[in-house]
Amino acid sequence: MDITFQGFMAQLTIGLIGGCFYAMLSMGLAIIFGLLNIINFTHGAQFMMAAFLAWIGLTQLGPWLGYPDFQINFWVALVLAPLCVALFGMAIERSLLRRLYHLDHLYGLLLTFGVALVMEGGFRYAFGVSGQGYEPPEILQGPVDVGFMLLPKYRVFVVFASLLICFATWYLFERTKLGAYLRAGTENPRLLQAFGINVPVMITLTYGFGVALAGIAGVLAAPIMQVTPLMGGSLLNIVFAVVVIGGLGSILGSMMTGLALGLIEGLTKVVYPEASTVVVFVIMALALLVRPAGLFGREV
Amino acid sequence: MRSRFIGSLLGASLASLTLPALAADAVSDGVVKVGILNDLSGIYSDFTGRGSAAAAQIAIDEMGGKVLGAPVELIAADHQNKPDIAANLAREWFDQGKVDMIADFPTSSTALAVMEIAKQKNRVTMLSAAVAMAAITDKCSPLNAQWMTDTYALAAGTAKALLKTGRKTWYFVTADYTFGHSLEKDAASVVEAEGGKVLGVSRHPFPGGDFSSFMLKAQASGAQVIALANAGSDTINAVKQAAEYGIGRTDKQVIAPLLMYITDVKSLGLAKAQDMYLTEAFYWDYDDRSRAFAEKFFAKMKRMPSASQAAVYSATLNYLKAIQAAGTDEAGAVMAKLRSMTIDDAVIRNGHLRADGALVHDMLLLQVKKPSESKRDWDFYNVRAVLKGEDVFPKPSDACPLNAKG
Repeated sequence: MDITFQGFMAQLTIGLIGGCFYAMLSMGLAIIFGLLNIINFTHGAQFMMAAFLAWIGLTQLGPWLGYPDFQINFWVALVLAPLCVALFGMAIERSLLRRLYHLDHLYGLLLTFGVALVMEGGFRYAFGVSGQGYEPPEILQGPVDVGFMLLPKYRVFVVFASLLICFATWYLFERTKLGAYLRAGTENPRLLQAFGINVPVMITLTYGFGVALAGIAGVLAAPIMQVTPLMGGSLLNIVFAVVVIGGLGSILGSMMTGLALGLIEGLTKVVYPEASTVVVFVIMALALLVRPAGLFGREV
Repeated sequence: MRSRFIGSLLGASLASLTLPALAADAVSDGVVKVGILNDLSGIYSDFTGRGSAAAAQIAIDEMGGKVLGAPVELIAADHQNKPDIAANLAREWFDQGKVDMIADFPTSSTALAVMEIAKQKNRVTMLSAAVAMAAITDKCSPLNAQWMTDTYALAAGTAKALLKTGRKTWYFVTADYTFGHSLEKDAASVVEAEGGKVLGVSRHPFPGGDFSSFMLKAQASGAQVIALANAGSDTINAVKQAAEYGIGRTDKQVIAPLLMYITDVKSLGLAKAQDMYLTEAFYWDYDDRSRAFAEKFFAKMKRMPSASQAAVYSATLNYLKAIQAAGTDEAGAVMAKLRSMTIDDAVIRNGHLRADGALVHDMLLLQVKKPSESKRDWDFYNVRAVLKGEDVFPKPSDACPLNAKG
């Protein structure tokens, strides 16, 4: 393999960027599974929805409202789009998911899968499948020299932003009082309710938070990937593998595994690109064989 | 009184029964039915989809909605890009739906499945979207026409044009499945035959999300041309991410998508797609005739036709004309007529249908305009050359038994 050190580092960096998206998405899934026991198959569609909302805000909303110059820029969208998606998610939780908590996992999976299909279908019908372009904000356009390669500024931003978000989420759940309540809710919701905590509201908010993480990832992905109705669906397969490897419900696990798998995928692209998707699933199979609860999961 | 009324009613209905019976001498079932089988909801629905049915309807309307006195009807369905679904729909249409011809097929596997059934049932298939070489080589059928183009013509058109400008070293970024491999093989064979050199290949999983590592490897190879042997969202993302890293933006290294539709350029935007060379069977803004058709299409769909949608129009129009000329809708006779006609309409120029089903016709070498050159929406290409069909379409293959006879 005639690859230079610089080339190697460049590929590793690209892997890390992919890993950041895996980490953010799988964290949201892990949080939702941890508290709600729901395997949230709408995660990809929610990721896509946020990207679309950002695009709509930047290019469509102004003309729709009759003010062609009106735009919701990237920074505002980064807050607003995840918020909208979270509200939408919470509405689904309140109206539909709530009825399934006492049933088998499979029902939640089927429902969320169905909702995802409806959402994708709706966006497909409205905006077609070829997708839309989304420009990063001006100050993040152009490349920056990171020593071993010219990296687009936007990608550098994505790495720092997502690491920050992952760390903040981990801190919130593992190191604060609110986090303690949430973890207690996972363990024994009835007991927690007896202490005067409104568990149903907490569950709704947690679902909203998990969905918002997908939303942030979606807005961050919009300038990198083409904004299409199918952008989330194809990513979700890998993200589920990440969650399984990390351990269902483990926040730290899914974050670490997401980043690590991004790097491994990046390395595979250097050595044997044909296997770069497969490698994630091979690792998943191995992890399940060796540690069925996942690398960071607790054995029950 | 009452009985006389019933009698006259009976007479009238008998008379109306005999009319289609007359037409039925020439037209089976008293109706010519065109089926459009494509992707109405999935990844190929933008360049085929509802627009293809609209294009077929334009052709039917131009024929006055009738051929040999029999009405022409249109039916469309979603084959979801799955060969089994396509095959079931086709069987149903042929057996019960009175369908005489099915067109479109954005996925080659669906096309090949339906071609086989059509052959058994003595009906016609016209591939206006499928580009697989198999349809005109080892899987060829006497009742099939590949109406738009094939992977070889697309790859050869672009490759020859770029080689002519002195770009001799190539690197391929290829989708790792049959379609990508065949596109790469076709282009590489042209490159090597014309004195060029392939420096390397990256095969990416299909569908891919992040192409930056492949594009960086391609850039590092120093090749003058980075050829994309993929399609749809893969091509779009590869071009988009290359632009992000500033790859392919100099004269020393260009990106050449081997299969790119106008809907892809629309999606990318001219800023990212500008200057790229590509080959297409049709561009709406080519001349007055193509523009006239495109405006009709635009009135229905609020977008310009893709090459596939335009090819559906051309296929339907010529199919109906051939029935008219042959005096029957019997599949073999219609195909014989199509083979003897010169195909020349708003979409296809200097076309003739070969025994193996390849429609050899002029192709267009296009270059994507810079944003400053584009005067309106969908004003995307400069036509750089008209490529003669004989120069870009593949030679008749020995693998197709129909070629041996002739």
